[in-house]
Amino acid sequence: MPQPDLTDHFTELIRRASTVLPSDVGAAIRAAADHEDEGSVARRVLLSLLENAAAAARESSPICQDTGTLTFHVTHDAGFSRAVLEDQIREAVAEATRRSFLRPNAVNALTGKNSGNNLGTGAPLVFFHDAFGRSEAADTQHSTLSATLLLKGGGSENVSIQYSLPDERLGAGRDYAGVRRCILDAVHRAQGYGCAPGTLGIGIGGDRMTSHMTAKEQLLRRLDDVNPDPDLAAHEKEAVEKLNTLGIGPMGFGGRTTVLGVKIGARHRVPASFFVSIAYMCWAFRRCTMTWKDGTASFES
Amino acid sequence: MKHISLPADESAIRGLTVGDQVLVSGVMVTARDAAHKYLVENDDPDAKKVLAGSMIYHCGPVVAREEGAYRFVSAGPTTSEREEPYEAAVIRRYGVRGIIGKGGMGARTLDALKTSGAAYLHAVGGLAVLLAKSVEKVEGVMKLEEFGVPEAMWIIRVRDFPAVVTMDSHGGNLHAEISRRSAERLHDLLAPSPGDTGV
Repeated sequence: MPQPDLTDHFTELIRRASTVLPSDVGAAIRAAADHEDEGSVARRVLLSLLENAAAAARESSPICQDTGTLTFHVTHDAGFSRAVLEDQIREAVAEATRRSFLRPNAVNALTGKNSGNNLGTGAPLVFFHDAFGRSEAADTQHSTLSATLLLKGGGSENVSIQYSLPDERLGAGRDYAGVRRCILDAVHRAQGYGCAPGTLGIGIGGDRMTSHMTAKEQLLRRLDDVNPDPDLAAHEKEAVEKLNTLGIGPMGFGGRTTVLGVKIGARHRVPASFFVSIAYMCWAFRRCTMTWKDGTASFES
Repeated sequence: MKHISLPADESAIRGLTVGDQVLVSGVMVTARDAAHKYLVENDDPDAKKVLAGSMIYHCGPVVAREEGAYRFVSAGPTTSEREEPYEAAVIRRYGVRGIIGKGGMGARTLDALKTSGAAYLHAVGGLAVLLAKSVEKVEGVMKLEEFGVPEAMWIIRVRDFPAVVTMDSHGGNLHAEISRRSAERLHDLLAPSPGDTGV
């Protein structure tokens, strides 16, 4: 059996990720609006975000013009060729750009030339994962695949940050109390620049690369999930509460809603290093998952 | 709610203060990183013609081409701070009456707003579909080939484009105020607490 052509399904995945605000994000913004004072700028801004999201979904227009960096996480069984999948994804990205679901966003770092179709070196970014255990590898034949796409704009990426502990300026030592100081500092520095209220993906430990990766991977989680690690779950809850007392508010106009969520992951580090990485995601937290099973594609955002 | 028509004269802009909600109508021009560098390094008479009395919108839009005409599909503001090295010179040289963007700008821009009689208007970041709807017509585009779609200078006619004045021509600056207040709160939160071992 030849490998199925999923190009159109990938195009649909991109369309949905760019134009449909995930239900958990919409619910969090709605709850935040209810929590702001009647008649406040903060409340009005939050309600306008929902109005914008509704118009975007209705018209298949990008929620935000900065359709950002495209990161795909593809989990598949043993029958799929990753090279073929990547070709299909690249074709879908170019098609989605032609259809104005994406802004042309791939710029040559040396010449400044925009490729015009979102394709370039390292663009889009695709991570592959195995969907099978070691014993099943041989007898599975491209029947199941899931692909999650995350769109993250440049404004929020620019306020993302990595700390190396100890940090004397912050008085942050090599323990969770130090991590807490980094989180507070990062959000204060970000002010409204990252399109607050943001969601933080936080990576503790690892090396410089894996610490950032851990932070980014947290953004694949739903806002309404609960961290399976009870300590991290408690830290996430506490961080949201503290950060929302900073008063930065939606767009940095002031208010009770500075972040929508905090998601923390940790990995082992070498004794000499202690990194804390913070991936700031704007309010327009765009992600969508496509599941391909027995010849049918379904989407969830 | 205040209405601003472009081109605007100095007195209309001097009448704006921090916190004012405004609806802007008329012709404005998008410009971001490549455009600002270009405008400072060159003295472009065509740009001067459209920018005098107008406003610069920090925006890299999604633009569709339909039957030979351009249409703004998604067009929210981008972070303004990146243009801080250029903006004061652009305001003075081209006679710009307003900057529309997000996040606010620095001391040099605030000073140029004061001396030139201009204002900084904050649009809601990510409100891209609704803001694109306020663009009635794309009147033209400068440097499209050279800069690409997001960076080109799009000359757009808008009607009732919504924004909030966050930096005015009298030195008022909401961003500095929020930053100061949140810094005080941060200071309290960072105060050593039991169990916090510090460095």
